[in-house]
Amino acid sequence: MAELIAIIAVDGLVYASWLFLVALGLTLIYGVLRILNMAHGSFYALGAYTAASLITMHFARGYPEAQSYLWLLVAAVLVGLLVGVPMERFIVRWGYGRNDVLQLLMTFAVFLILEDLIKLIWGVQAYYAFQPFALLGNIQVGTVFYPMYYLLLLGAAVGAGVLVWYLVNRTSFGKLVIAVIQDQSMALAMGIDVTRIRLVTFVLGTALAALGGALTAPLISVQPGLGVEVIVLAFAVVVTGGLGSLEGAAVGAALVGLARAAAVHLLPEAELFVIYMIMAMVLFVRPRGLFGRTEVRRI
Amino acid sequence: MSTGLLPRTGAFPAFGTVALGILAVLGLLLTDWAAFVFTVALAKSLIVLGIILLMRAGLVSFGQGLYVAASAYAAAFASRLWGITDAFVLLVLGVAVSVVLAVLVGPIVSRYREIFFAMLTMAVSMVLYGFLLKAYSITGGTDGIGMREPTLLGMVVSGIAARRAYYYLSLLVAAVAVYGAHRLDHSPLGYMVRSIRDNDIRLEYLGVSVRQVIFSTYVLAAALAGCGGVLTAFALGHITPDLANWTASGEYVFIALFAGSGNVFAPVVGSIVYQFLQTYAAKYWPYTWHIAMGAAMLLIILFMPEGLWGIYERITAWRAGKEATVVARGAATDGRVGDA
Repeated sequence: MAELIAIIAVDGLVYASWLFLVALGLTLIYGVLRILNMAHGSFYALGAYTAASLITMHFARGYPEAQSYLWLLVAAVLVGLLVGVPMERFIVRWGYGRNDVLQLLMTFAVFLILEDLIKLIWGVQAYYAFQPFALLGNIQVGTVFYPMYYLLLLGAAVGAGVLVWYLVNRTSFGKLVIAVIQDQSMALAMGIDVTRIRLVTFVLGTALAALGGALTAPLISVQPGLGVEVIVLAFAVVVTGGLGSLEGAAVGAALVGLARAAAVHLLPEAELFVIYMIMAMVLFVRPRGLFGRTEVRRI
Repeated sequence: MSTGLLPRTGAFPAFGTVALGILAVLGLLLTDWAAFVFTVALAKSLIVLGIILLMRAGLVSFGQGLYVAASAYAAAFASRLWGITDAFVLLVLGVAVSVVLAVLVGPIVSRYREIFFAMLTMAVSMVLYGFLLKAYSITGGTDGIGMREPTLLGMVVSGIAARRAYYYLSLLVAAVAVYGAHRLDHSPLGYMVRSIRDNDIRLEYLGVSVRQVIFSTYVLAAALAGCGGVLTAFALGHITPDLANWTASGEYVFIALFAGSGNVFAPVVGSIVYQFLQTYAAKYWPYTWHIAMGAAMLLIILFMPEGLWGIYERITAWRAGKEATVVARGAATDGRVGDA
């Protein structure tokens, strides 16, 4: 029994770190831009494809094995710059100040476009980039062997979380971001370049989603349909924790991750059910999520 | 008839009557595959009609797939397990299942607005999707389950005759639904729904329970989606969990946007146009038609917020001159998901 609990805890933690990486970007973008980005799942998929291609190329040319991990980061940065920048500048920007639901539909449209763009670029076959995963070997926890790669995933999630938290709460850029979150017009009046802050935040969020995808690429076969599931999961996490809250994303990811791991081991049929059950239960008690702030409505 | 109590549009528009008549005649002329496309489109138009009713309150449901799938599976199970084959009984059963589900889910989602409403409805529908996918011993998982051929009031229809039968059945249900929605539009509930979009707090001050209004509209939309679900199951003969997936729900929202929410008849026209565009697009650009769809969606949101119906209204307004322009503008801004 104790062993089962330990296994569930470890599995849950691994799943939670994966969820957190994806949810972090989503909550960041919502927090600053007030846009719930449905194309987030596509960014994730793009990250996975880019990383898979780069890693395959890396090993095909026989470069040093250890350096292949760099491509995971490179993939995230590439997607952030090549997809995040144009999307914010040419599409999302048109939605600022408009109805929330319209913005949601705009990002849904981008999601549709990106889904097919991925098929155009990479085709419909599966890609495998297992080497970074296989290279790290296993680690023994109790009687169970766990891939070392899971530790890397956990480290990346913690690292990304700390980095974003530090950026928002401890740097001058973060002060500007908070000013924009609180009151955009006032921030603008004070001479803050709101346009730039939005762009940087959006690109950062995009890169985080892509990083989540890139880190997942060695674990799975990268194929179409990757992004569809992710966005709903990330959304469940973010809403459970409270939209726009970093702490919320972390707690939400932990809750959802552990619950799913428990379901997988105890009642596999309920795997997906449990995730949304938690969300529904949290929302029933706290309609704005665990860390969500109640907003004052202007009439 | 126009006594001033109801606006002039209170009579069922001539356009609707004529179009339904044309569709009834078309049923005899269409080739088999076209009749199939029309049937699927008519079934979808019911789901879209439900979305449009909610849109008038400023709410977008990204989870109508829940009711489509629930009713479709209910009909399939009823026909397989209990041997119920009558189409009308199955239809009533599917709608009943949808309504019961909506009564359970409604109190939770009716507390939310804007994206929270959109995403919550989506999440609830994903619960069903997850269940249908995982419980393969009951639901067949991704393989889905087949539907027994339904009978119409005791008559066994099969083969080519069945195509026509489903077509007319769908048309009948759609006509009833469109007329009902039209009546609803000019009922107190219809007026309250539209005022929620304008200012729900003021409505509360007037003594109306906004949650109650949203709840009623939500249940109605679910019932419509239930009709659409059973009719889809009849037309396809085989159903899969994908009906409940959020991308399917997104498609209905897309059709609603594409059609425009200014008129209750818009979903029928919009769904038919959309279904044909999709059929051809999927044939000629199997891997890229989502790009066209996404781009069209962006263009509609940015430049044509009244949808297809808006174009029709502009043409009639242009023909009828200046006075009509004012009326059409008023009507067009009436129900669309506009800017806050």
